[in-house]
Amino acid sequence: MKLRIIVTLKNGVLDPQGKAIQHALSGLGFDGVHDVRAGKLFELEVADDTSDAAIDEMCRKLLANTVIENYRVERA
Amino acid sequence: MKTAVIVFPGSNCDRDIATALEDVTGTAPEMVWHGESALPAGIGLVALPGGFSYGDYLRCGAISARSPIVRAVVEAAERGLPVIGICNGFQILTEAGLLPGALMRNSGLNFVCRDVALTVDNGQSIFTSGYDGGETITVPVAHHDGNYFADAETLDRLEGEGRVAFRYAEDVNGSARAIAGLLNPAGNVLGMMPHPERRIEPAHGGTDGRRLFEGLLEAVA
Repeated sequence: MKLRIIVTLKNGVLDPQGKAIQHALSGLGFDGVHDVRAGKLFELEVADDTSDAAIDEMCRKLLANTVIENYRVERA
Repeated sequence: MKTAVIVFPGSNCDRDIATALEDVTGTAPEMVWHGESALPAGIGLVALPGGFSYGDYLRCGAISARSPIVRAVVEAAERGLPVIGICNGFQILTEAGLLPGALMRNSGLNFVCRDVALTVDNGQSIFTSGYDGGETITVPVAHHDGNYFADAETLDRLEGEGRVAFRYAEDVNGSARAIAGLLNPAGNVLGMMPHPERRIEPAHGGTDGRRLFEGLLEAVA
């Protein structure tokens, strides 16, 4: 089974990298980009019988730092 | 006092802290590889050094914080063993859950490598007893991800409990409330981004860092 795990910064957490990307986009002439938030995408190939609880644990224990990040899981 | 320095793949301040500890305590620390699962017997301090453990993959300190030796460090810290994490060591301590919050990319996006002025916010801890509370000291920083983040409630709690050991006396990296170093609730764990082990001898340009280790040695003796 293929999983896509998307990790994003929580609201209220400053993202200087996103800000720099936003500035670079406007420097390229793309107007109207009001905000950019950078995140991470993990693609996992896991055994078909992997439980939702185990996937959630993987996210909480390692893939995301829940102090600053949210995550969501998509099953491909 | 016997001490131990944990060495991760990608640590690069392990020899600096080892030299500082040997100089101050008179005994060379035990260098402990990250794959070990137990700390040496009879040690009075564990140091997590600066560097780029595991190449900063995933998040700074994230992989190291899940290594076998860090589990042993967490258990020892919970029993009261003094633990100091410097720079990458601070990042590892937050990822391991011994200290709250997280260290994020510097607000200016640049790697900052220079001397900075720090204020000793709490001069009462075992790590800061060599300083006067409120004193300003000079210690270098060298990091890309030292921008401390925690929610407002956590920051209020940390300040209320006197757990801010050091603050930047100037803008360095965008850290919340200018936090440069933090203590755990029991006061036996310190994480700090600046490098006291790089200010040990007059030839380093000052000895403000040495006083941390001398004070610690006296406090735990």
